[in-house]
Amino acid sequence: MTTTIKLSLALTVTLLLSACSSVDPWVKPYERERLADIIMAADRNPVSSSYLHHVFEAREGARGAVGSAGGGCGCN
Amino acid sequence: MIVISRKTPAFAALLLTSTLPAFAGVLPEDRADVLYHRYDGGGVTIDGPSLLVRKSLKEKFSFSASYYVDMVSSASIDVETAGASEYKEERTQYGIGMDYLRGKATYTFGFTSSEENDYQADTAYFGISQDMFGDLTTVSLGFTRAWDTVQRNVGGSIDPGFLRRNDRRQYRVGVSQILTRNLIADASFEVITDQGFLNNPYRSVRFLATDGSAQLAAERYPGTRTSNALSVGTRYFLPYRAALKGHYRFFTDTWGIRSHTGELGYTHPLAGKWILEARLRYYSQTQADFYRDLFPTTNFQNFLARDKELSTFSSQTAGIGASYEFPGGRPRWVQKGTINLNFDYIWFDYDNFRDARVTGVPPGSEPLYSFNANVIQLFVSIWF
Repeated sequence: MTTTIKLSLALTVTLLLSACSSVDPWVKPYERERLADIIMAADRNPVSSSYLHHVFEAREGARGAVGSAGGGCGCN
Repeated sequence: MIVISRKTPAFAALLLTSTLPAFAGVLPEDRADVLYHRYDGGGVTIDGPSLLVRKSLKEKFSFSASYYVDMVSSASIDVETAGASEYKEERTQYGIGMDYLRGKATYTFGFTSSEENDYQADTAYFGISQDMFGDLTTVSLGFTRAWDTVQRNVGGSIDPGFLRRNDRRQYRVGVSQILTRNLIADASFEVITDQGFLNNPYRSVRFLATDGSAQLAAERYPGTRTSNALSVGTRYFLPYRAALKGHYRFFTDTWGIRSHTGELGYTHPLAGKWILEARLRYYSQTQADFYRDLFPTTNFQNFLARDKELSTFSSQTAGIGASYEFPGGRPRWVQKGTINLNFDYIWFDYDNFRDARVTGVPPGSEPLYSFNANVIQLFVSIWF
């Protein structure tokens, strides 16, 4: 049992430390031209999308977690 | 007055979060939007302007200001069932915000204030977004705090003996991930808690009187509500320069409501300056535990609601949009601009909310209610 705990601990620490190291992106910055295209924007017109969300939210029981998480293409 | 919505603070926060930068490591573009919106359905017409302006400073800061108005003219089924006549009212909302870029992180602060003659809502927001893992991943965290003050109109003036409050907190975490050179996926999770006065001071429930008729009584809601919403989405770049977008949300709360939302969108640029869009949306929900269309008695249970937003229902939306880009230069500080027109048509179908305006049938056997709505947005955007 003790060995299992130690192994688990070592594996966890290794994984945590590996998360701190730099990651070589599998999609290079120069390969993100399509993702940066305006038609791929998470929210091309915020003033419009927020209004439409409001239309729905005012008439539905559900709320929250609408739209994108705010991520982008990291092209710059 | 019978107010159609008591969800202003959620919208305020939404307007703030929607102004979050699309890239954690890049500030949003300097831009101004002027929008006219119009909703028409179910005896309710709401229209008005919306403005959103963003301006950056020294490539470190981006400031935003927003202004939004709802001009309401309502003869909804709730108004007619209560025996009231059509009413008009106005809601005005102001917002300010700031983004601060530091390395690959963006910090966002914002505040909005919304006013109606019988409802005041103040909302403050803080968020942080961070690019990581070779800028393939963006993680966002957000917290919103809202303070509502609820009052009531009686006979055309504010009831001095009625003043209630509600506190709301929203916690949000999101992640966006580049998967391939054509595909981005995102996920978000949001918890919202309310504590205070949550029902509408004007809306009534129906109960069966001893003579077999339907009578009205005041709603009684719980004083707390906590909801969880989890969403996932993708955006895919098609080989011929078009975009396909999908989004799904699962929602559940402590009132017993569970809902599913699915959305599909297609964006197609035309040669030249046009971008066309089409979208479909499906929504369904189960009722709150304390909802009934017709209660046997007023003391049937502790909490009573007959708000159709808390009933079991579904809705479908079909929408189209067109955007035309025009060149800048006039005046010189305008880089470019767009003229946009969006139209959405919504079908609402209720499974256990009946049309109580119908007479001549026993209470509880009226036809189920349904209605359709048109939503129009016309707006101009300029980049500077």
